[in-house]
Formats: sequence, C-alpha cells, structure tokens
Amino acid sequence: MFGYYLDLALRSLQRNPVLTGLMITAIGFGIGTSMTSLSVSRAMSGDPIPEKSKQLFRVQIDSWGPDKRGERNEDGLDENLSYIDAMALNNLHAAQRQTRIYSTHLNARPTDPKLKPLGIVVPAVDSDFFPMFNAPFKFGGPWAPSDDQEGNPVVVISRKLNDQFFGGVNSTGKTFTLDGDSYRVVGVLNDWPLVPRFYNLHIRPYGQIDEIFIPFSRAIKAQAPATSGMSCQETTNASFEGRLRSECLWIQLWVELPSAADVVQYRTALNNYSADQQRNGRFHWPPHTQIRNVMQWLQYRHTAPNELGLLVLASFGFLFVCLMNAMGLMLARIIGRTQDLSVRRALGASRSAIICQCLVETSVIGVLGAILGFLLTLLGVLAMRAALADDFASLTYLNAKAIGIEVSLAIIATIGAGLYPTWRAAHVEPALQLKAE
Amino acid sequence: MKSPSARFAIYRKKSGAVLIALQIAVTLAILSNALELIVDRLSWSARLTGIDEANIFFIYATSVDKPPSFAALTSSDLASLRSMVGVVNAYATNAFPLEGGGWSMSADLEADQTTPSAHISYYFGDEQALNTLGVKLIAGRNFTASEILDRDGSSTPPATNIVITRALAQRLFPRGDALGKSIYTETKDPSPIIGIIDRLQGPFVAATGFMSTFTENSVLAPFRPLGDSSTYVVRTKTGSLSEAMKAALDKLEGINGSRIISARSMPEVRARAYRSNRGLTLILGAVAFILVAVTAFGMAGLTSYWVAERRRQIGIRRALGATRLAILRLFQTENLLIASSGVLVGSLLAISLNIWLIDRFEMVRLNPTYVVGSGFVMLLLGQIAVLLPALHAAQVPPALAIRGSQIS
Repeated sequence: MFGYYLDLALRSLQRNPVLTGLMITAIGFGIGTSMTSLSVSRAMSGDPIPEKSKQLFRVQIDSWGPDKRGERNEDGLDENLSYIDAMALNNLHAAQRQTRIYSTHLNARPTDPKLKPLGIVVPAVDSDFFPMFNAPFKFGGPWAPSDDQEGNPVVVISRKLNDQFFGGVNSTGKTFTLDGDSYRVVGVLNDWPLVPRFYNLHIRPYGQIDEIFIPFSRAIKAQAPATSGMSCQETTNASFEGRLRSECLWIQLWVELPSAADVVQYRTALNNYSADQQRNGRFHWPPHTQIRNVMQWLQYRHTAPNELGLLVLASFGFLFVCLMNAMGLMLARIIGRTQDLSVRRALGASRSAIICQCLVETSVIGVLGAILGFLLTLLGVLAMRAALADDFASLTYLNAKAIGIEVSLAIIATIGAGLYPTWRAAHVEPALQLKAE
Repeated sequence: MKSPSARFAIYRKKSGAVLIALQIAVTLAILSNALELIVDRLSWSARLTGIDEANIFFIYATSVDKPPSFAALTSSDLASLRSMVGVVNAYATNAFPLEGGGWSMSADLEADQTTPSAHISYYFGDEQALNTLGVKLIAGRNFTASEILDRDGSSTPPATNIVITRALAQRLFPRGDALGKSIYTETKDPSPIIGIIDRLQGPFVAATGFMSTFTENSVLAPFRPLGDSSTYVVRTKTGSLSEAMKAALDKLEGINGSRIISARSMPEVRARAYRSNRGLTLILGAVAFILVAVTAFGMAGLTSYWVAERRRQIGIRRALGATRLAILRLFQTENLLIASSGVLVGSLLAISLNIWLIDRFEMVRLNPTYVVGSGFVMLLLGQIAVLLPALHAAQVPPALAIRGSQIS
C-alpha cells in the first residue's frame, strides 16, 4: 500500500513542478537557515564538558564589601578572588579536587636553536586541573602534587606545541625554556575540544586549547604577572609582592563537588570562612558568597554573544514563515485537487486512505526539503566560517547528531504543516463533488 | 456586488488568506528588527577613532632574553623609528584604539568617591603621542619631554598631568571649564588636566554591554611603558605605510634580534576588530533578505493557485462585462486587503518583539520608521508578487464561462 501511495505522491508532485519546487525550496531554506544558526549557537552556548559540568563549580566571595562593587555583575560579586582568599580557600581542602588559575604571558624558547621562540598566554593551574576538567593525555600526565607544593618548573604542553617544538615524539622528560628558566615536560595533551573554554573566558573563549600549562605555585614563585582579569581598588603598590598582599582580584578558584551533599558542605565552609573574615575584622559585612557550576557560570558571564541569540531567533521566525508558506501551498494543492480526491472517495477510498495518501505526499516533500536543507546548512556553515572571526571558526562544524536533528526536524515540521491541509482533504465529500460536475 | 463578501473570494479561502497574513506579519516583525540591528551595528563599526587611521601602524616587540636595560632598548627603538624615511613620528604605548583590550578604570572628581564619575580608557603616551596619533589638541597644551615618566611595572607613579578627550571633559565638567581642573584615576593623587583633544576612541570594540558605554572617554597619561613586551605606534607619510611597516620590522630586528616582533596596520586592526560584528550583520541581512523573498514567492504561488481554481468564475465575470483591468484589480485589491491586515498585526508584533529583545538581548530600540518602511515594503511586495498571476487571470477568455471547464 505504501508503495502505491508513494507512486501516487510522486505523480501528483510531478503534475505541478513549480508548486512542488516552491514548497521544497521554502522548507529547505527554512531548515537550512535555522540549522546553520542553531549549530553555531549550540556550539557557542553548549556544554563544554557535559559529563561533569554539574560537578565543577567556580567560587566567588565578596571581599570588597557592598560599598565597592564590581561594575559588571548584577549580584555585586566579582568573578575573581584575591590571592589571600584563593590561598586560604585552597588550604581549606573542602572539595574533592580544586584548582586555582590565573593567566600569565611567557616567552617559550625551544631547545633546538633553529626553531623560533614564541610569546604565549599560559594558564597557571594546580595539578588537579587536569583530572577535574577531563584533560586527555597523549603522553605522560599531570605533574605531581609535590610539584604543586614546591613550585617546580614542570610543564604540560598541547599536542600542537609538541609537534612544533619536539616533532611530535614523546617529549616527556625533555626540557625547554620559559622566560629564561628551564622547564621539564611531564605531559602532552591530546586534542581537547573544550568549547567554550570556560576556565578562561577573557582570552579567545572559542579558540583552541592553551598550549602550555605551568603549576600555579611555580608562576607565583617566578613572579609571573597576570595578563588579564586584574581588578584593583588601589594600586599604590604594583609590585608582585604587593599584589600578593593586596585585595586585588585576579585568581579563579574551581572546585569539584560530586554530590549535592558536597555542595551544601562546601557552601557552608565558604560562608564560615567569610564569617571568620568578618570576625577577625578584614570584612565589615556578612558573608556574601556564591558557587556556580559550569553552565551557570557561562550564563552568568553572558558568554554567547547577543547577536547570536538574535540570529537564532530570526532563523526560527524564518522557519515559521517557510512552514506557513509550505502549508499555504499544500492547502492550495488540496483545494485544487478536490475533484481528484472526491472521485477517489466515490470509488471507495476511505477517509483514512486519503489521510495516508496525503501524509505520504507531505513526507516526500519533507524528505526532499530536508535534503535541500542539509545542502544549504553545509553552505551556511561555510558562509559562517567565512564571515566570523577565526576564533569562532573552530565551532562551526556539523556532526552526525546535528544532521539527524536537521532531517527529523524537516520531516516533522513538514508533516506538521501538512496536517491541516490533510484534514481538509479528508473532509472532501464524495457525492457533493460529483454532483457539482 | 455591494458587500465585500460577494466580491472577494478570500472569505471563502479563509485559511489561505490567514496563512499569507501571518507570513507577512512575522516577516515584517523580523525584517524591521533586523534592519534596526543592521543599521545600528554598521554605524557602530563605521565610527572613526579620531586618529590618522590610514597612515598608522603598530609594532609589538617581545624580548625573549632580558636586555641589559629596557629603557635603553625602548629609547633606541624609538629613536631609529623616528629617524626612518617615510615615518612622521612614533611613541610607545600600553594600548591603542580598537586593539580589543586595554586599560579601563574609573575617573573621579574626589579622591574618595564610592560611585565613579565616569569610566575611562587609560592610554600611556609621551610628548610625541599627539603628533603620532594625529589627534587635534583643541584646548590647553601637550606634554613636555621632561614630564614623561618611565613605568616598568614595579610601581605606580601618579599621573602628574593628563590630556583628556572632549567627550570626557564634557561629561566631567559640563560647564566647559575642565582645563586646569584635577581628576582622580589610577592613584589617589590628583591629575591636573593640561590639554583637551578632539577625539580618541578607547581600545574596546564590543557594541553592547558595559565596555561599550565609555568608548569616547579617553585619558592620555604621561608615561613611557617599559618591560619585555613593547607596543609602538608609528605614523607614516601618506602612501608609505606598507614599505615603512616592513622596513621598521627589519630595523627593530637589527637593534635586538632575540625578540618576537610583529606589526599590524590600523586598517588591519579595524577590519579585525569589527570582523565578527560585520559577519553577523551580513548573515542577519542575508536571512532577512531570503525571508522576504520566500514570503513573496509564497504569495505568488498561492495566488496563482487561486487564479487557476477560479478560472471559470473569472470567465463568467468577463462574460458579464468585467474588463481585464477589473479582474487585475480584483486580485491586486484582494492581496492588498490580506497584506494590510498582515502589516497591521506585524507592526504590533515587531514592537512587542523589540521590547522583549531589549529585555533579553540588549537589543536597540526599534525606530518606528523601520516598521513603517518594512510595512510599506511588504505591501509593495505583495502587489508585485500577485501581479503575474493576476495578469494570467486577466487573460482568461469570457468564453470559458460557457464551457464546462476543468481546473487544471
């Protein structure tokens, strides 16, 4: 029966190629546009680490007081911590894993004198950083906790830098120079598509993963200055030592809290710490703290650009118009075919048979629209890649899941748009139409 | 033929008419908001920085090995840049317009203010900075060489004198008496305003959000930055930008080879700064354009179907004496009615959509002329879209009325 309906559908679609073409084009464009913007938006506002995003938390604490709040956040909290608080909270060990992070700028010089040195932004992190954020290692692994304590010159590098400096071989144990000091490679990362890079949203959040990681304690020992996110109230003493003692905010703290109980416990510990600061006179205000998981953090920082949201919205409005369009055309087709349908009804076709026939027809249009939509999505993604800056390029990719969503959306939307015309077709009266002729 | 219900078949083709009106409404809502955003963003990225953009380039030089003296290195870098053929002037800075990142802080009228009087971009520059940038001094004086202090990051010397932009002067001293007054920026020391320049944009490029609120508020402080990363601003004679840029790289390489040196021209900086902005604008424009086209084709398609379906009725009309023009007018008027209701609903939709977008996406307020303009475009588009099918209808011969016609 299905084969017969398919045959009928193809015949009927061929009968009016212009109308059929218009419908397929409308659906194709609607799907193509909305899928293009959706695929980019999903990548930009998507979950960078879905398996753990609910267990990783960014810690915030109000160390400036209600009178001197940062300009940018609605809740009056600054995103970073002072060195004093970062150290103290780290020493609480209230979380299963934790890492302090700040970014510095270092000059890297490979041992091979023929290779060019490069200046690079380097995150200074704790050894927990790698297991916390599921960093994939190609060679070696994170440095040891003892390196954290002693501030040793060890380094984890990206695959790209390993290719560049060491020709892609296992470089663990080898050394290269960072700002004049010799660092030993302990691990080489594999490709790590962490998008957006939630632990550093200030510098190219949609760019590739950092190429060099050094221990936090090492960076402090080497007095490597922070490159971004430094926020101070008074800068009477800008020396590195002065910064460490100051209330300047520049250090991130991330903690891993696997269960709801851990979260509650950590919140309590954080508030207790803040209350202690009030008691010993450093804070003159009651505890004002917050912890946010990865997705909450991205939302809080408004990571995805607003234009993108507008584009997605426009695209879905577009899809809506295209479907209205296709629906109108389908309706027109049905009205145009009332005689054909009434003859079929008079010859004994049941209402459900007519419905089946119409559904097959709309599905055929949906499939063809999906194919066109897919091609247009590919084109659209290429256009996006050309139009947007390099930093965004890495995320305009399509995967099997996106294609699956695209095709099913096209077919479901088309059938949805075809429901009313189908219902109308099913109510064509057999006798009445014959009489009219 | 008095009542419209007899005249217009749309009352019998309700669902089709509603679909067209809905399409027009949604298209109008999207089109007008998209237009607003496109115009807003294009004018944002067309703003001039106030500097001599066509003839300026920037050099980044990062020392890998620590030189004996940063001050000596910067001095010899600047001296040789300034002596180059084709170069007008040069200076060392911490940031430059449209760079994307730089120094921002609050500017206060009192030393101990809790809420800042203004937010500013903070630039370093020596006595050659104004000439290098090509900005116009409209009041007061420039720095003198003896006022320039070296900053190597180890301490924060107070800015003894500052030059500010006209926009900042107006904001802080609306009565126009900024010159000679002091403001408080980086330190708790007062910084007297010695000069006012016409314009100098900040280094930040975001079109929305906090950083976009103070782009014209810039302060030039009398500092020469020293450290392992130097940024030089170089102004060239007209027409010699690219040669001078290449020559300058070689020159600095010659002074100290163990550095990572790169250069970028101001036109490149501008293109880079607004690339994503322009890209998104372009894409949004394309979406709006295709949307309008799809709506037009949809109207044309549906109307041609109505024409085909009503051939016999049209034939009867023609036989009863209706002229071709009358038939044409029938379809054009029919579309005008449907489109008008769509435009009406769409205008309301456009405004409510805009209100929601302002709340949710920091969207700009919709200029009513865009709504009216888009509405007009939609009406016109409808007329054009139905013209061909309506002309077809007008060609229906009156004789069709007497034949037992078949709808094809």
